[in-house]
Amino acid sequence: MVEYGDIRVVYRGGSKINFRKPVISNDSRFLLCASGESVKVFSSVTEECVHELRGHTGQVTGVLLRPSNHLQVYSCSTDGTVRLWDFTDGILVRVKNEKGTFRTLVVKQVCVFVFAELFQLVAVNLPQTPDQLVEARDLSAVLSDVSSNPSTIAFGRGGEYLASVNNLKMEIYFFKKNKSYRFEPFNGGKNTFTCIACHPKDDCVATGHDDGKIRLWRNFKQKKEYTYSTLHWHHSAVSSLCFTPEGTNLLSGGVESVLVQWRYNQENQKDFLPRLGAAITHVTVSPDGALFSTSHSDNKITIIQSCVKVSAVIQGLVKGENVTTGLLVDPRSKALVLNGRPGHLQFYSLQRDKLLFHLDIVQQEYIHEAGLEQFEVVRAAFDASGLWLATVEERKQKSAELELNLKLWSFDEQTQSFVLNTTVSAPHEARITAMCFSQAADSQTTTLVSASRDGHFKAWQLGLPAHTDGTQEYEGPSWSCDFVGAYHGLVPRCCCFSADGSLLAVGFQEVVTVWNPTSWELLTTLSQPPGDVRNLCFGQLSCSKYLLGSNNKKMVCCWNLLTCSLEWSTSMDVSLLLVDSRSENMAAFCCQDGSTDLFVFKPSEPRPLFSQKAVCSGRVIHAVFTPREVMLESSEESSQWLNRSQLYFLTEFMDLLTFSTKAEEEKLMASSKQLVIDDTVAMTPFYLLLGKHRHEHLGNEESAERTPLPQSSVAIKELLQTPAHVLPATSFLCSMFAKSLLISVTETSRRVGHRFNLNNSDSDSNSSFRFRFFEDMTCFTRAS
Amino acid sequence: MASFKPTQIPDLPKLGEKITEDTLYWKNYKAPVQIKEFGAVSNIDFSPVSPHNFAVTAFTRIHIYGPFSQEPVKTFTRFKDTAYCGRFRSDGQLLVAGCEDSVVRLYDVGGKAALRMYKGHTKAVHVADFTTGRYQILTASDDYTCRLWDIPNAVELTAYQEHTDYVRCGVTSKLNRDLFITGSYDHTLRVFDSRTEKSVMTMDHGQPVESLLLYPSEGLLVSAGGRYVKVWDLLKGGQPLVSLKNHHKTVTCLALNSSGQRLLSASLDRHVKVYNTTNYKVVHNFDYAAAILSLGLAPDDESIVVGMTNSILSIKHRKNLEEPKETSKPRRRPSYRVFMKGKNFVPKQDDYFVSKPARQHLAKYDKQLKRFNVSKALDTALEAWLRRKKPEVTVAVIKELDRRGTLKNALAGRDEEQLSRLLCFVIGNFFDTRFTPVLATTAEIVLDIYQCVIGQSAVIDRHLIHLQKLLEKEIYYQKDLMEILGMLDTMFAFSLLRKETAVAGLPECHTAAANVEIFKIVFEQSTCLYT
Repeated sequence: MVEYGDIRVVYRGGSKINFRKPVISNDSRFLLCASGESVKVFSSVTEECVHELRGHTGQVTGVLLRPSNHLQVYSCSTDGTVRLWDFTDGILVRVKNEKGTFRTLVVKQVCVFVFAELFQLVAVNLPQTPDQLVEARDLSAVLSDVSSNPSTIAFGRGGEYLASVNNLKMEIYFFKKNKSYRFEPFNGGKNTFTCIACHPKDDCVATGHDDGKIRLWRNFKQKKEYTYSTLHWHHSAVSSLCFTPEGTNLLSGGVESVLVQWRYNQENQKDFLPRLGAAITHVTVSPDGALFSTSHSDNKITIIQSCVKVSAVIQGLVKGENVTTGLLVDPRSKALVLNGRPGHLQFYSLQRDKLLFHLDIVQQEYIHEAGLEQFEVVRAAFDASGLWLATVEERKQKSAELELNLKLWSFDEQTQSFVLNTTVSAPHEARITAMCFSQAADSQTTTLVSASRDGHFKAWQLGLPAHTDGTQEYEGPSWSCDFVGAYHGLVPRCCCFSADGSLLAVGFQEVVTVWNPTSWELLTTLSQPPGDVRNLCFGQLSCSKYLLGSNNKKMVCCWNLLTCSLEWSTSMDVSLLLVDSRSENMAAFCCQDGSTDLFVFKPSEPRPLFSQKAVCSGRVIHAVFTPREVMLESSEESSQWLNRSQLYFLTEFMDLLTFSTKAEEEKLMASSKQLVIDDTVAMTPFYLLLGKHRHEHLGNEESAERTPLPQSSVAIKELLQTPAHVLPATSFLCSMFAKSLLISVTETSRRVGHRFNLNNSDSDSNSSFRFRFFEDMTCFTRAS
Repeated sequence: MASFKPTQIPDLPKLGEKITEDTLYWKNYKAPVQIKEFGAVSNIDFSPVSPHNFAVTAFTRIHIYGPFSQEPVKTFTRFKDTAYCGRFRSDGQLLVAGCEDSVVRLYDVGGKAALRMYKGHTKAVHVADFTTGRYQILTASDDYTCRLWDIPNAVELTAYQEHTDYVRCGVTSKLNRDLFITGSYDHTLRVFDSRTEKSVMTMDHGQPVESLLLYPSEGLLVSAGGRYVKVWDLLKGGQPLVSLKNHHKTVTCLALNSSGQRLLSASLDRHVKVYNTTNYKVVHNFDYAAAILSLGLAPDDESIVVGMTNSILSIKHRKNLEEPKETSKPRRRPSYRVFMKGKNFVPKQDDYFVSKPARQHLAKYDKQLKRFNVSKALDTALEAWLRRKKPEVTVAVIKELDRRGTLKNALAGRDEEQLSRLLCFVIGNFFDTRFTPVLATTAEIVLDIYQCVIGQSAVIDRHLIHLQKLLEKEIYYQKDLMEILGMLDTMFAFSLLRKETAVAGLPECHTAAANVEIFKIVFEQSTCLYT
C-alpha cells in the first residue's frame, strides 16, 4: 500500500470467507472459498487452510470447479480476470484478461459465464491456446437484467436451461431453443424471489422467497401452463437453496440458522439441524453428496455430513457492524480479543491468522429474529496478568430501561479458560463509557474502575473469601464495589491507571481528575483548554511522570505529574491515543480530510519517532499494540519502535491493518516454504482393517528402494537410449562398456591429489589427458 | 450444532441480614418465656453453683428462679422499700441485697429472714457484692460512699468517699480479694485496693457510669454509661482501648458470654447487642418490647434473661441441639445389580470406541422454550410448587420470554383460572425488589391485553383491585422514604457546613449537639417506618 522507507501497511488476516458460496472438491477433501483477494483451500477434515491461491488484485467474486477437470478451479475477480488454478498444489494455470469487472461466475462445460458490471449474464468462450495469458474476446450476452447475487441463477438438468430470478420475475433460458420464458406470477407483497436451485435430474426449479416460502416450479416449458407447489417452514426470507447431486433432497437455510432438509416429492418429511450459530447465507453440497457446507453471516463455514451431523467448523474473524469492545490483547495467549458473535468475545491469534475460540459472555440462547434487541458485549478489559477479565453486556429495549451486566471472569488453570466469578447486574444507571484494571502486576489486590454516563465512576475490588460455615458451601472471593466517585456531576468519559497502579486519572468532560486508588482521595485536577477529554494515558517506563490527554477541540496535552503543570500541548485532531506497554512510545492517530495520519512519539522528546501521512483511508476506530514474541533487531531509527511490539489498527471499514518492516517480511518469506500437507484419510473402520496392511506394504517398498542402484554412467544411458539400428557394432561397444565399469583413475588421482596438496604437476597433466580421452569417447558415440 | 443454553436463573443476593456463625448461634434460642414481676426488673444474677438458679431483683422483692421453672423457687420479700442488686456469693449459699432504705441485708439462700443487716449508709444502696475473700461485702450508695463490711460481725471496715456523685455500679475482682472497682454518676471509674486508703486508679468515662464488667483475665474492664460502651486496659494503667457507640439510648447493662468471646450490652433503646471481643464489631442484635434494665446470661449461654422497665422478665432458653429430626425414609433405589450392569466390562485393545454424547438434562420450562412453546413454558414455570418455593425461577422464565420478545404471546389467551394464578404470583412478589422490574412489565402487558374483558370475572377484578391498592400503598411509602432521605440530606449538608465553620474557630458544640438530636429523631422516624 503506502510505502515509507521499509515500513509499510499490510492487511492482516480476518478476510471474509462467507462472501460467496464455497466449493467442495470432487473427493470431498477440500473446500475452496473466496477470501478477500485470494482463494483459500481448506481441508474439510482438519479445518486447516492448506493453500492460499494468490494472484488476483481485486476482490474474488466467484469460485467454481472446472467441469472437465475436477482438479482445476476457476475464479473471477473484480480486477477483470478469470483465473484457472490447479488447487491441489496451488499452481496458477491460466489467466484470462477481460475488460470490466466480474461480479460472479457460473461454469458450463467449455463456456464460462460471468456477470458483467451492467447486470448482464455473459458467456465467454475460452480459446483453446496453450498460452498463459489469454485475452477473451468471444463474448455473448445471454441474459440481461440479472441480480448481482449468484444464488439467483442456476443451470437446469444437464445444462439444458438456465434459470434466473430477480425481484418479482423469473426467467428461464433454453439453450437449444435459444429462447427464454419470463414469468411474473406475483403482484408484489413479500413474494420477492431471493434464491433459486434447479433439480439435477428433473425439470423442476425451486425458488426461495422473502416471506420464507419455497416454491417448486414444474412444467415451465410453456409460458402459460406452469404449476408450482409451496413449502413453508422458514419464518423469514430463504437465503439459500440447494439440491443434492441425485436430487433426492433439497436443502434450505435462512436467518433462523436452521438447515432444513426436504425430501424431494415427500415434502412433509423434513430434517432439521438447528442452532448453527448464525444466519445461513449459502448452502452447498459436494459433488458426491457426502458433505454439505453452510456459510454463515458470522464469517463461518460449517461442514456437515450428509447424515445431518456437523463435522467441522471453519471460522474466520467475526467483524460485526461495530467493534464495541475495541481491540484488546489477552496478556496470556497474546491473542487479539474483540466482540464477535452476538454475546461472545472472540480470541483471535494474529500469528496464525486463526480464530482460537469464542467465549460465551451472555450465556443465553440466541434467538434469530430480525428486530429483536439482543444482549451485546460492549466493554471488556483484562488485568495485567491475564487472570481476570471484566466484561460489560447491555441490552437496550425501546420502552424499558437499559439492562446492564458487569461480569468478572477468572482464568482457570485447569480448564485453561475463563470461568465466571461475579455478575453485577445494573452496576451503573447509564451506559458504561470506559473500564480499566489497575495495571500493576505485582500488587496483591486488583482494582477495576468503570466510568459511566450517570456521572459516577466506581471502583470494584476482589473481596475477602465469603464467610464459611458448616451449612453453606464454600464460595470463592467475589467482587464488590469499593468506592463511588464523582466530580461536580460531570460525565466521566475515560479513565486510566498509571503503570504502577498508584494513580488513577479520570477525565470528566473538560477536567482531568487524578485520584489515589488506595485512599480514594482526589489528589489534583488538571484542566485543559476547553474541550471534552477524549483519550487519556499515562506514560510508561522512563516517561511515567507524564499524563497525556487529547480532547475534541483538536488539542493534545501532556502534563507533568510531578509539577502538576502542562509540559507541552499541540494542536492535533487526535482520534485515538494509545501507549505501548513495552516501551515509552505512544501512537496518535489523527483524522484529516478522509484519511488518517499516524504519529509515534515519546512524551519526553519533541520530535516524533515516526510519522506517516495517510496510513489508510477513513477513520481509524480502534488500535492496539501487541507485544512481539521474538524481539526484532532493527537498527534503523524509523522502525525501532516496531522492535518490541506491533501496532494493529481497525479502520471504519473493518479492515484490520498492521505495519510490517522489510526485515520482517523477508523472514516470513524465508520461513513460509510450501509444505505439502498430508491430508490423511479419516480413521474409518475400513481404514483400521486395511491401513495396517498398507503400512506394511509401504515399508517393504521403502526397504526395496534403499538398496543402492548401480551408478548409471553417461555411456550406459547412451547405450540404452539410442535405437539399436544406429548403434555401432557390439564388439566396439563392449570395450567401451567394460571401460565405463572401471573405477575412473581421474577420481582416484583427484582424491590422492587432495591428500598430497596437488603439488605434482605431472600427475595433474596426466589426469587431464585421460579426462579428455573420455570426453572424446563420448563425443564419438554421440556422433555415431 | 451448539447445544441449547438453558435459562439462566440469576443468583440474586438475599435481602436482609447476612447469615454468619454468630447469627446462627444467637438465633438458636426458643421463644422467650415472659414472667410478669411486681415492678421494673433492676438486676439479674446467676448463682455460680449448679443448678444455676438466678436471683431477680424487682421492686421490693427478690425472686429466685430455677433454670427451667416459670415460678419462683424462693422469694425474699422483707424489704421496706425497693430492693437493689441481689447477688449470690461464690458458693451460692448467701445472697446480699441493697435497698432504697440504705440498709444492706444478707440472706441465707435457704432461709427467709435476713441473717444480718448492715446499717451505715445514709442513702439508697444500689451496689452490693461479695469480695472474693468470701467474708467481706462491698456496698456503694447514693451518699457518694462505698464501704467494705465484715460479714460475721456486721461491722464497717472501710469507707471510701472519693466519688462526687451517686455510685451506681461496682464490681469485685475474682482473682484478688482486695481489689474492687466502682463506677459513679460523676463520670469516673475508680479502682480501690482495700489495703490502701485511697483509690489506686481513676478513669474518666465521660458519661454517668451505669454498669461495669471485668474480663475473666481481669486485664480489661468494660464500662457502660450514656450511649457509650468503653473498654479499658487496666494493665496499661487504665488506658482507653475502644469506645463503642452502637446504642442510641443509655446502655444499662453488660454481660460476657461463657467463652469470653462475645460481649453483650443492653440498653434503654430496647436492644441487646452482641459484640465480637476481638474487633468489637456488632455481630448480632436482639430486639425487646421495652427498655431493658438488666441482663443475665446463664453459664454455657443456656439462657438469656432480660428484665425490662415494664416489669416483664423475659427468659430465652437455648434450643437443644440433639433434638431428633424427623428423617424421611431414604428413597428406594434400583438394586446394585441394575446399576452395575456392564460397568465392569474391560475393553479389549483393538476395540473401537463409540462415544455416546452426554444427554443434556433440561428443566421442563426449558424444554418448552426450546420448542418455542411460549405459553406452555410460562404454564410450567407457574406450577404451584415452583412459584411458591422458587419464585426466582418463574421470574427468570418471564424475563427470558420478554427477552425473546414473546412475553405478550405467552400472556395472551388465558382463561380465568390461569390468569388469576398469574395475577396471584404477580401480587405476591411485586414488591420484592429483585423481581419488581420484570413483574411491572408483566402487569402492564396483562392490563393491556385483558382491559377489554375487565368486569366479566369477579375473581380477576378482585385481584386487580388488590394490586391497585398495593401499588397505592407502595407509592405512599416510597414518598415517605424520599421525604426522609431529603431530610437526611439536608441534615448532612448542614452538619458538614458547620464543621467547616467550627474549624474556623467558632464554638459550635451546641449546634452540633442539636444536629445530633434532630438526626436522632429523623432516624427513629425512619426505623419506625421500616418496621
